[in-house]
Amino acid sequence: MDSDRRFGFRTRALHAGTPPNAASGATTPPVELSTGFVFDSIAQAKELFSLRAYGNMYTRISNPTVAAFEEKIANLEGGLGAVATASGQAAQMVAILSLAQSGDHLVASSNIYGGTVTQLNVSLRRLGIETTFVTGGTPAAMAAAVRPNTKAMFVETIGNPSVTVADLGGLAEAAHAAGLPLIVDNTFATPYLCRPIEHGADIVLHSATKYLCGHGTVVAGVLIESGKFGWGRGKHPLLSEPSPSYHHVRFSDAFSEYAFLTRARAEVMRDLGACLSPMNAWLLVQGVETLAVRMEAHVRNAMQIAQFLEAHEGATAVSYPGLASSPQRDLAARYLPLGAGGIVTFRVVGGRSAAERFIDALELWSHVANMGDAKSLVLHPASTSHSQLNDEELAAAGITPDMIRLSVGLEDVEDLTWDLEQGLGAAKAA
Amino acid sequence: MIVETPSGRADILDKAKTVAVVGASDNPARASYFVLRYLKMHGYAVFAVNPNLERVDGQKSYPDLTALVKERGIPDVVDVFRRPEALPGLVEEAIACGVKTLWLQYGVVNAAAIQRADSAGLTVVADRCMKVEHARFGRALSSQGFDSGIISSRRRPVET
Ligand SMILES: Cc1ncc(COP(=O)(O)O)c(C=O)c1O
Repeated sequence: MDSDRRFGFRTRALHAGTPPNAASGATTPPVELSTGFVFDSIAQAKELFSLRAYGNMYTRISNPTVAAFEEKIANLEGGLGAVATASGQAAQMVAILSLAQSGDHLVASSNIYGGTVTQLNVSLRRLGIETTFVTGGTPAAMAAAVRPNTKAMFVETIGNPSVTVADLGGLAEAAHAAGLPLIVDNTFATPYLCRPIEHGADIVLHSATKYLCGHGTVVAGVLIESGKFGWGRGKHPLLSEPSPSYHHVRFSDAFSEYAFLTRARAEVMRDLGACLSPMNAWLLVQGVETLAVRMEAHVRNAMQIAQFLEAHEGATAVSYPGLASSPQRDLAARYLPLGAGGIVTFRVVGGRSAAERFIDALELWSHVANMGDAKSLVLHPASTSHSQLNDEELAAAGITPDMIRLSVGLEDVEDLTWDLEQGLGAAKAA
Repeated sequence: MIVETPSGRADILDKAKTVAVVGASDNPARASYFVLRYLKMHGYAVFAVNPNLERVDGQKSYPDLTALVKERGIPDVVDVFRRPEALPGLVEEAIACGVKTLWLQYGVVNAAAIQRADSAGLTVVADRCMKVEHARFGRALSSQGFDSGIISSRRRPVET
C-alpha cells in the first residue's frame, strides 16, 4: 500500500497527480485529446450523470490530462482539489459564480490586476454581482465594507502591479468572522513561495499562464479549494439550497467538504464552458514539475535586480517587497519567507519620455504584456496596458507615467543588469 | 484502534466485503444514499439500517444493527450516518453485536463514544467518507481533480 510518508514540495511537484500511466506505464502522462469517454453500461452512465460515481464523461467537465494538472496543483497548494480553466480570468469567473448570484456583493482589495477590476466592476456588475473595492485592502478596511449580502473577500497575495503583500492571516480572520470565504489570487507568489490555505484562505486562484506554466506558452487558470469552509451554514444558498440542475441535491449536504468544488465543476464549468485544453494541461504539468527550482532562481535574480536599481541614479521608487527598504518588508517576511516573487517596479528618472527611451533601448528584456515567463520581461504600463488613462487617472491607479514593471527571468543576472544599465544610459542621454 | 493513516483506511476498504449503512436514506439527494449506491456499484454487499424505512434503494432496511446481525451475520464494516449524540448508544449496540470495524462519516464525531469503541477493541475510522476514501485509493477521485495524496512511481490499475 501507499506509504504514509509526508513528502516534500519538490517531490510532490514531480509526482503528485502524475503516477505512471495505468495502461502503458509511461512516466509522463499522455495527452488525452479525446472529447468523450465510453461508458461501461447504461447503469454506470446514470451513476456518472447523477454525480454518484467519479469518472469522465466529456472533456468540458473533466479530462485525465487536465485532472493530472489539477491534482498536482491542489496537492502543492495544500487544497482538497482543483478545477482548471481556460484562463486566469475564467478561474475567477468560475470561483465567483460558484458562490454568488445576482443581488450578491463582494469585497475586493484595490491592489489587484486591472483585468480583474474590470471583470468585477463591469462584467460581473452587469450580471448583478456588485463589488466594493477597498483601497489598501487591510483586514479592518475590508471587514468594514462587508454587507449582509456579501459572499466573499478577494485579494492577491502580491498585488499586480503594486507589489503590495496582503495580510492573509488577518484577512482570513476578518472574512471568517463575517462568515465569508477568503479568495486569494496567488499568481505572483506561486505555492512554492506562499500557500494561502496555510494562512486561512479558503479558495486560491491562479493565472497559470504565468509561473505555473513558466515558459510563456499557454493561457490557463486554476482554482483550488481548502475543503475547510462550511458551505452549509445558509450564507451561500447556491451551495446549501436544492439545485434544480441536479435532482434537487443540496451540494453542501450530499458532498460535505467537496461541495464547492463539485458545484464549480459539475454546474458552473459545465454551463460557462471555459474548460482547459488537455494539450495546455500537459504543458502546465511539465512547467509545474520545475516550479521550485525556477522560483528560487526568479527570486534570487529579482532581489539582485532590485538592489542594482536601488543603487542606480537613473532609477527611483524601486518597489520589491523583499528589499530591506520596502514598507512591505514585514508582511513579506511573514508570508513570503523564501522570497518575494519575481516582479520589480521602479520609476525612470526623467519622466515619461525617459521611460520610453529606456524601453526602446533594451536588447535582452522582452517588451511584452505578460509576466512570469522564464525570460525577462519589461512593460511600460502608461503606454500599453493603461494607455487609455491620462496622467491623473494613472496616478489614481497607482501608476506613474515613468513607471516600469519588470518580470525578472532566469538569465545570467549580469546580462540583465548590463541591459538595464545601457537602457538607463539611453534614458538619460537625450 | 483508531485508524488515522491512509494505508490503514485503504486496508479496511480492501478487506471488507459487507457494509452496513446505519442511517441510510432512500432520498437520492442525501449523502447516505450517494454512498450506499456507490458502495454497491463497487462490489460491496450493502445492508441498510433505518428503523423509519421499509426499503432503501429497493432492498430491505433493518430496524437496527442487532436485527441485521441476527439475520445476515456481522458486517465487515458498519458505516455510520447518525448525529453525534446517537453515537454512544450505537457504539454499545455495535460492541454487543460483535462488530469489528466502525466507520464514522463526516461530522459523526463524539470523542467519548470513539474512545469507548477503541477500548472495547473495535477498529474506528472517524470523520471520513467511505466513498471518498475508496475513490481516493482507486484513483477515481483524481479523475475529478481532487488530491488523492498518493505519491508513488509504481504502476497500478485505475478503478472506476
Ligand atoms: C494576478 C493576475 N490574476 C489574473 C490574471 C488573468 O489571467 P489570464 O491572463 O490567464 O486570464 C492576471 C493576468 O495578467 C494576473 O496578473
